[in-house]
Amino acid sequence: MASIATPDKHPIALANSRWARFKRVRRETLAGWLFALPALLMYAAFVLVPLLLTIVYSFYRWNGIGPMSWVGLKNYVTIFQVPDLLGTIFNAFWLVLWFSLIPVGLGLIVSSVIHRVATGRFGEIARTVLFLPQVIPLVAAGIIWGWLLALPGLINQMIKAIGLGAITRAWLGDFDWALPSVGLIGIWVLLGFCTVLLLTGMTRVDQALYESARIDGASWLTEFVAITVPLLRHEIGVCLTVTVTAALAAFDIVYVSTAGGPGNSTAVPGIQIYILAFTQRAIGLASALAVMLMILVVVVILPIQRLTRESRQ
Amino acid sequence: MSKKNISVFLAGLLVLTSLLSACGAPAPTAAPAPTVAPTQGVAAATEPPTTAPTAPSCDCGTGPVVLNAYFETGFDLPFKLAEEFTKQYPNVTWDIKQDQFTNLINETPRLLSGDNPPDLIRLPTMVSFAKDGLLKNLDGYAATLGWDKWPVPQLDQNRVAADGTRGSGALYAMGLNYSLTGVFYNKKLAAQIGMTEPPKTLAEFDDLLAKAKAAGLLPIMQWGSAKSGMGLAFPLQAIMASVGPTGPINDWIFQKKGATIDTPSNLTAAQHLEQWIKNGYLPPDINAIEYTDSNARFTKGEGVFTFNGDWENASFDKNMAGNVGFFLMPPAEAGGSPAAMSAPLTYGIAANAKNADCAAFFLNWVASNPGARQIDVTVGGSNPGGPADATMPTVAAGSVTNETLAAGTVIGKAGTAMDFIANSTSSIFAQGWTPELQKMVGGKQDAAGLLKAVQAEYERELAQ
Repeated sequence: MASIATPDKHPIALANSRWARFKRVRRETLAGWLFALPALLMYAAFVLVPLLLTIVYSFYRWNGIGPMSWVGLKNYVTIFQVPDLLGTIFNAFWLVLWFSLIPVGLGLIVSSVIHRVATGRFGEIARTVLFLPQVIPLVAAGIIWGWLLALPGLINQMIKAIGLGAITRAWLGDFDWALPSVGLIGIWVLLGFCTVLLLTGMTRVDQALYESARIDGASWLTEFVAITVPLLRHEIGVCLTVTVTAALAAFDIVYVSTAGGPGNSTAVPGIQIYILAFTQRAIGLASALAVMLMILVVVVILPIQRLTRESRQ
Repeated sequence: MSKKNISVFLAGLLVLTSLLSACGAPAPTAAPAPTVAPTQGVAAATEPPTTAPTAPSCDCGTGPVVLNAYFETGFDLPFKLAEEFTKQYPNVTWDIKQDQFTNLINETPRLLSGDNPPDLIRLPTMVSFAKDGLLKNLDGYAATLGWDKWPVPQLDQNRVAADGTRGSGALYAMGLNYSLTGVFYNKKLAAQIGMTEPPKTLAEFDDLLAKAKAAGLLPIMQWGSAKSGMGLAFPLQAIMASVGPTGPINDWIFQKKGATIDTPSNLTAAQHLEQWIKNGYLPPDINAIEYTDSNARFTKGEGVFTFNGDWENASFDKNMAGNVGFFLMPPAEAGGSPAAMSAPLTYGIAANAKNADCAAFFLNWVASNPGARQIDVTVGGSNPGGPADATMPTVAAGSVTNETLAAGTVIGKAGTAMDFIANSTSSIFAQGWTPELQKMVGGKQDAAGLLKAVQAEYERELAQ
């Protein structure tokens, strides 16, 4: 170790020091892997193995107990043949609007407003209130939203109170409004997450940029478009990744609010996979849908990730 | 006795004990095949009985027994029965785990095939478990304990044939009791629309619904959210049995070959329900109403009628005491037989259960012991079934249970009991009836399309 601390110019000593450094690096690498090993083992046992098994199951017909029989790609073909199964994927893309685009867009606006005008105590309160849905168990939140959106619920009472009684309806039981209503719950849950993340990003941006822009007489909008959005590309990328995944792989919010109804109008792949695997016990078909969902998420998320990485470079 | 003679004697004994003591040999088909000529076996059996091992009796013995049981959360009945059983048989104690019905659907395969298979379990479905050999064949117990002499329809719903059709074949489960469905009504509101006695025909019922609507009342309160499962399946099946025969409906539920739900009389029934929807007889927000909310709203006076089962008796009696009545869905023609969905509260025994004999004894006790039958009716609200000559427990005067029990007798005599159309396959309710009926409410599906879509889903699931 001393030779590393005081490198010598002598060739042999130099070689020794290189060897020592190599050994140290190797030891550090080994130590690193050893530290990561428990986590890796857990990751392999609970993520990689189930993932591989899911892919394997998707080529079989199996009820979870009895013998498995090889069916090749038949399960995948079935997904394309049954409109109710394929329809769930379209619904998932609809949810991207509500769970991702709106929360990220709104989050940008809200965070920049908080950043510009509501620093100090008010900003803290606003941040806390917006972030609260993240710490409330989703199942409880889903049930409460169910009550709020019911025909005799608070939201309809408020609509009636302002004289719009004609438009009241059972929001979660209406074919046209169920998906947007589920989307509303998604916005409520995800807006706080996006806002807090983006706000943190804004505090990282050099304040001098904003100050010089303001000296130049830039409006809030100009500041927003010319400084905030471009410099927050990384945070926006993270927000989009998390929320798009939440939309495509949605289960909890949908399950506790509508369970896919009415008439499959809010059915998403997550719900179908659950019903197929655990109620219908068609493990093969459920696995095929799960594999397709995974591919879909990767295909959508990769470009977002690439965009983020480029912006960092 | 020569060596050969001894083996013949032992084989004979084996055959005899397996035929006589059903507790040791659950299924005649599973009994060891006789390898010796019958005459030799019979001859051997004439040996002095003192050498034969004592035949296992269908009871819980005298030593300590811990029954490993899985019950459904939210229903007191099995817990109360277990408590009473231990009072009467103190050597038997219970290790009871409980879970929600929906979770039981997911867990049952693993519980049955696991290391500690339950002696007694609430079965959400049974065909695939029976086919996979996870459930004990109860035919032996039925023969020994005399279940096969009980009024016929009781056991049929729990029979599964080798090809997977229900309704006939080996017995794989027993009912703790036998629920009955029909129409509950709010007596005050019914009087308000001039109903002095329950309708005798479908047309009379239609007339009452129209009167309720005209009086500004909600004619029928029903649930319909996907979370609870579509409650319109109750009135739909009731109308099906009112305008057509029950046989084909049961065939479809039991997965008989070539059975279809898309029959002309079922189409008439579906069109009738569609008309009810169009006439505004159902709550406008039905697609978002949960089961519990529907009952709560009916209890509070919203809705003159509601289609439900006698498992709600205790709750209705408590929350609208003296104000709730019950009648069976009337037939289309005057003088015809009413029909009803009636399903056993199904409990089975795992194939590898440690205390199968004791569990079978418990199931027998539930149906035949006066104390158990009383609990069955008071707590469960349903008919305890059992032997034809068993006395019916007393029920408090004014309880709606009196009406459902009387209705059960009518159905029993007419032989018009049906299983539930939501039970034909494990997910026909979630994937077929619920979404399609919801679409019908939303005007996105008509009667013909409803039956076609459900039949297509049924065939798809059976093909899997």
